Amino acid sequence: MSAVADHVHGHGHAHDHHGGYRGVMRWITTTNHKDIGTLYLWFSFVMFMVGGVMALVIRAELFSPGLQVVDPDFFNQMTTMHGLIMVFGAIMPAFVGFANWQIPMMIGAPDMAFARLNNWSFWLLPFAALLLILSFFVPGGAPGVGWTLYAPLTVQMGIGMDLTIFAIHILGMSSILGSINIITTILNMRAPGMTLMKMPLFCWTWLITAYLLVAAMPVLAGAVTMTLTDRHFGTTFFNAAGGGDPVLYQHIFWFFGHPEVYIIALPAFGVISQVIPAFSRKPLFGYASMVYATAAIAILSFIVWAHHMYTVGMPVTGQLFFMYATTLIAVPTGVKVFNWVATMWRGSLTFETPMLFAIGFLFLFTMGGFTGLVLSLVPIDIQLHDTYYVVAHFHYVMVAGALFAAFAGVYFWLPKWTGRMYDETLGKWHFWLSMIFFNITFFVQHFLGLAGMPRRIPDYPLMFETWNKISSIGAFGFGLSQLLFLYIVLKAIRSGEKAPEKPWEGADSLEWTHLPTPAPYHSFETAPVLK
Amino acid sequence: MTAANEALARDNRRLLVRLAVVAAAMFGFGFALVPFYRAICEALGINYFVKPEAAAPVNTQVDVSRTVTIELDANAHNLPWRFRPLVNHVSVHPGALVTVEYEVANVRDRPVTGQAVPSFAPRIAGQHFKKLDCFCFTQQTLAAGETRRMPVTFVVDPQLPADIRSIALSYTFFEVAGKGGGG
Repeated sequence: MSAVADHVHGHGHAHDHHGGYRGVMRWITTTNHKDIGTLYLWFSFVMFMVGGVMALVIRAELFSPGLQVVDPDFFNQMTTMHGLIMVFGAIMPAFVGFANWQIPMMIGAPDMAFARLNNWSFWLLPFAALLLILSFFVPGGAPGVGWTLYAPLTVQMGIGMDLTIFAIHILGMSSILGSINIITTILNMRAPGMTLMKMPLFCWTWLITAYLLVAAMPVLAGAVTMTLTDRHFGTTFFNAAGGGDPVLYQHIFWFFGHPEVYIIALPAFGVISQVIPAFSRKPLFGYASMVYATAAIAILSFIVWAHHMYTVGMPVTGQLFFMYATTLIAVPTGVKVFNWVATMWRGSLTFETPMLFAIGFLFLFTMGGFTGLVLSLVPIDIQLHDTYYVVAHFHYVMVAGALFAAFAGVYFWLPKWTGRMYDETLGKWHFWLSMIFFNITFFVQHFLGLAGMPRRIPDYPLMFETWNKISSIGAFGFGLSQLLFLYIVLKAIRSGEKAPEKPWEGADSLEWTHLPTPAPYHSFETAPVLK
Repeated sequence: MTAANEALARDNRRLLVRLAVVAAAMFGFGFALVPFYRAICEALGINYFVKPEAAAPVNTQVDVSRTVTIELDANAHNLPWRFRPLVNHVSVHPGALVTVEYEVANVRDRPVTGQAVPSFAPRIAGQHFKKLDCFCFTQQTLAAGETRRMPVTFVVDPQLPADIRSIALSYTFFEVAGKGGGG
């Protein structure tokens, strides 16, 4: 491999140059996919911390029954902003960051297709985040309507709601531009010989995710635009006083909202599909079926939205259709889980931190999938709708699913990005602390939900106290464990051991086989030659 | 090389425009869901905001598949009253609220008080014959020569045994002694 690396190093343009700017201006003006990937990842980590603090405010209030820490109105603002910031500010940008860093390197392209557009896609994000944070300081405070922004409450909120709507417009624009960039890069800029069915699965999942984003994000933009015009321009899309219908909002929102679930999950599947084969030292089992399963999940995600709203009073035929369609998604998802397990079967497994997080993902995501199946069944969902069971379910797929996959990805590619190794012992500590505290936080929430505790309430009956205390302790443990992650990454960048050319012997995509470690600032200026 | 780069840039721009058109179309699709939603609700008759007349209550208590004939009968026991139902029989669906009227006339030259007592044939039908209002609930006092119309409002219970197709409802008026001038 070193011969290949030397060849790339020997190339005239491979030295690091940053477009002539230094310091902050370098980052503001950068059009380099690696710089922008880094910006996305740091931005999402900052947002992860902000959203995490909000989660801890929620858990502090729920530590005991009664009102201790915050008033109910602020509590509602916390649940709303925690959801919005984690979904749109932390998880989605994190995976766009991975896409920026990895996709050009994995398909042998020199950069993203539209480098300047890429810069703009990122720099829209801080302004959206600013608007969200700003909404706390306007009269009436941030919206306390839940991250789903259901009408009619949204029609009645203060000016903070308008700021949130504009923030969502900007976030949506950023996602759509980023997606167009990713699709174009993958479809037009693959190295000669890199056919679609030879691409690493991470590229496939992102290609499909990008299509989902292009199709779903504009629908959300439409929904919040309707809310905006209902608020200020006298339309009555959702305002029942004028003949509108709040349930219509729920339909439009979840038409976006369910594909959004897979927008978050599919790139995570992609990362896991890179990590598990690398540490099993085997090629991914059932590559083609993985591609088809991903596409099947994406298509099905557009016809299952009403399973989020079984209780609105839809006809029983509607409930049956959405129930069967939803349970159908378990089939391609099951194909994926079995393929990952089959990849590990008889592999030469080693358990470095990325692999630990990948296996943690596999275990916990599957549990989240099973509770999802439970919730897909109408008779059970009517009991569990809007209880902590739902909260537990989606944190299993969002945190143990998407976030653990992102951790796996960071540990996996950090040597390639920085040229330095992270501290393996601390990495394992980070995994085990996250794994244990995650389950302490969220496993008990299943019990609370089954016992009937509603979500989004600041106060609760005495009988729920024990499990809430345990959940709150777990949440603080989980939150503090993430500071260890920050320390590990900073330590690796500043004083980490120099990474070997190929730190993971089982990794076989282009960035490992055709590029030196760390990856040069400009890679694949001439397309690699593939067998 | 430059020609290839230009071709790539052109292909990229073309794809950008196409995907932007898709995004714009999906923005429109969100709004298209509004009339679509109304049409679906109207077709399925599930949204009362959209079609208020669809909200008219449907009585699920009435068993329209069955019809029971109620034969009406009237007697006066040793009483100088002319007592008759306005119709001799009426067809009702079990569960439906029905009102029938009787007419009673005092042919004597002084006030008389009487009390009506109902009876049913077959007798078991009496358990399923729910009277909501009846002149038989109270004593009736008629002035000399007075004629009065009196309602009976009833529901035949849908639990009525299936083999009963007609019910005879018979009222007999008895004079209440020591009242109304003492007969």
